[in-house]
Amino acid sequence: MHADTMPSPALPLLDVRNLCVSFPSGGRLIPIVENVSFTLAEQEILGLVGESGSGKSVTAMALMGLIDSPGVVITGSALFRGQELVGLPQKQLRRLRGRQIAMIFQDPMTAFTPVYTIGWQIDEQIRAHEKLSRKQARARTVQLLGEMGVPDPARTADRYPHQLSGGLRQRAMIAMALSCNPALLIADEPTTALDVTVQAQILDLIRNLRTSHGSSVLLITHDMGVVAETCDATLVLYSGRVAETGPTADVFARPGHPYTTALLASIPPLYGARPDRLPAIAGAPPAPLHRPAGCAFGPRCQFVHTPCLAAPPPALFAVGPSQAAACVLPAEGTPLPPRLTEGAVVTAPVSSQPPAQFSSPEAQS
Amino acid sequence: MTGSPSSPADQSSADPVAQTAHGPSGHANAKTMLRPTDTATAPLLSVRDLSKTYDLPRGQSLKAVDGISLDVMPGEVLGLVGESGCGKSTLGRCLLRLTDATSGQILFEGQDITRLSERALRPLRQRMQMVFQDSYASLNPRRRIGDLLAEPLKVHPGPDGRKRTPAVITGRLHDLMELVSLPVTALDRYPHEFSGGQRQRINIARALALSPRLVVADEPVSALDVSVQAQIVNLFADLQAQLGLTYVFVAHDLAVVRQISTRVAVMYLGAIVEIGETDDVLHHPAHPYTAALTQAVPRPEVGALRHPPLRGDIPSPVARPSGCRFHTRCPAVEDRCRTEEPTLQPVRSGHDVACHFPLAAN
Repeated sequence: MHADTMPSPALPLLDVRNLCVSFPSGGRLIPIVENVSFTLAEQEILGLVGESGSGKSVTAMALMGLIDSPGVVITGSALFRGQELVGLPQKQLRRLRGRQIAMIFQDPMTAFTPVYTIGWQIDEQIRAHEKLSRKQARARTVQLLGEMGVPDPARTADRYPHQLSGGLRQRAMIAMALSCNPALLIADEPTTALDVTVQAQILDLIRNLRTSHGSSVLLITHDMGVVAETCDATLVLYSGRVAETGPTADVFARPGHPYTTALLASIPPLYGARPDRLPAIAGAPPAPLHRPAGCAFGPRCQFVHTPCLAAPPPALFAVGPSQAAACVLPAEGTPLPPRLTEGAVVTAPVSSQPPAQFSSPEAQS
Repeated sequence: MTGSPSSPADQSSADPVAQTAHGPSGHANAKTMLRPTDTATAPLLSVRDLSKTYDLPRGQSLKAVDGISLDVMPGEVLGLVGESGCGKSTLGRCLLRLTDATSGQILFEGQDITRLSERALRPLRQRMQMVFQDSYASLNPRRRIGDLLAEPLKVHPGPDGRKRTPAVITGRLHDLMELVSLPVTALDRYPHEFSGGQRQRINIARALALSPRLVVADEPVSALDVSVQAQIVNLFADLQAQLGLTYVFVAHDLAVVRQISTRVAVMYLGAIVEIGETDDVLHHPAHPYTAALTQAVPRPEVGALRHPPLRGDIPSPVARPSGCRFHTRCPAVEDRCRTEEPTLQPVRSGHDVACHFPLAAN
């Protein structure tokens, strides 16, 4: 822990240790995010990837102090430039948010209020954090919109959100997020609602933020393709726990966790031979209430065996210089082979009883 | 468009439909070529110059589908791809008369269904079904799965023209559950008790209840997680092989469409800009838009950074660009493209493109 150290270039920008987020339900606490740890360096893009319900958005919301549902319990540590974010009072958080840490969301339509122009809203954000006249703020807004690739930025600033296309709204939201030059940008599924040709442009923009604005980015996505093309490092979440983490190139070339392997294999290839059947993962991720005591992926894993089933869940085990997987296989000396290319078949799991609310109908497909 | 995908060699010259375009030049002769020439390769579904226009306030109008002609052959899977607002979903709905087209013709099994009354259409509905994207919204939350699936079997008479008996219906429900790999106990449960993937299996079972020949699937796996998506794509493929189904598979995900489709039609602002055999279109695109689409898809491989293939957003379909509808974003635009609309023309056997300057096959 670096709780007492001052920010210095050697320190990671963000150091998250054992973050847990639990929500009360039916008289007990349900852990939604369990022991998530990662670091984010200056000017780095880290991809938080997982399926729906994996806890990736909850992790981001917890970092931003945006979870205020009654009874929620957040433990662990998240140091931003040495300052603890977990448990920070709202007043101090407000000083950080926007200026130091900014967030963009999947749906820019709901992130803007429909009753003011885009420019008015970006001006307001700038003036909330810096002593600038309206005129100076607008000049900054127009400049930012231009930098984000918005055509005719001065006129666009006078438009209302509904008058812009999805791609332009997302550019405007990124402009608003960057208006106070935050050190950290948290992007929660920023391109999911966009079409692929527009998505490619926004991802290019996000990649360039490192050099153009010196920003670090925490990119939350469900799309392995987006991660591969955008992120320096990757953190794979499964059912609220870290399955694997490491440099993106390593994770994609030599996945250390069977979930990562199976997830990559189940994506239909656009090129190369077309498989007769896709190597699908049987079953569905467990609901947090029914999460197994051992490895959460165990019931769907083709390599599941006795040590996987017992509590506690497998700890992260180093499978490369900076790559680690929460799996017993590498610890047992039988790591996964390098990623199989097309034609690889994930066979049916040994265990056929996923803990979903229903007994494994999807196991047969 | 093209004839049977299984016999691509004899289409381009023999089949006059191959010359049919969605532009004004296609109007004149569209009517003369409606009769299938050969029953063995007669299309299951034919669309001629189909348009769907929505009237907007202030005299504006939106052409969601703009003069589309295409044939769907029995046993094939036609993938309809394109970005949001390209009209792929509207076209899918028009095919089944869930939305009424403004003009043009739809022929199902050779019969013109464009202006059939609902009553006359009902017997045909048994043979053409739809699967929707939102697996939850398409199932009544207050009814058990068994009741939901039995409804079409009660509404429509059996093959003998008489009402199905309860025993027949129960038997059919059990068969359907087996088809989509769900346990029979699922019939007694409610939609909320199932995961997204399981609900989509139920929707597929309902679509198959009356043994249709044609299934139009509108983004059936888009709302699912990747690991579950693969199961459902496999299920669609298995059912197609097992039951000899014909699909029109609407999706924005090129990789998913490639996995399932025999042929692919690429749509842009209401029109088909390219159509042909799946890998021929996706790997050797002749239209710059198809090329850009395939390049823009993020692939799960770490490699050299690729630059965004296109600039700007899709224009509003209300103010469709003149000439070639893609010219505002086309990296290879020429003067001719701004004024003259290209029509679908064959570039290779079984592969048509609407571009004045089609890309060479690489």
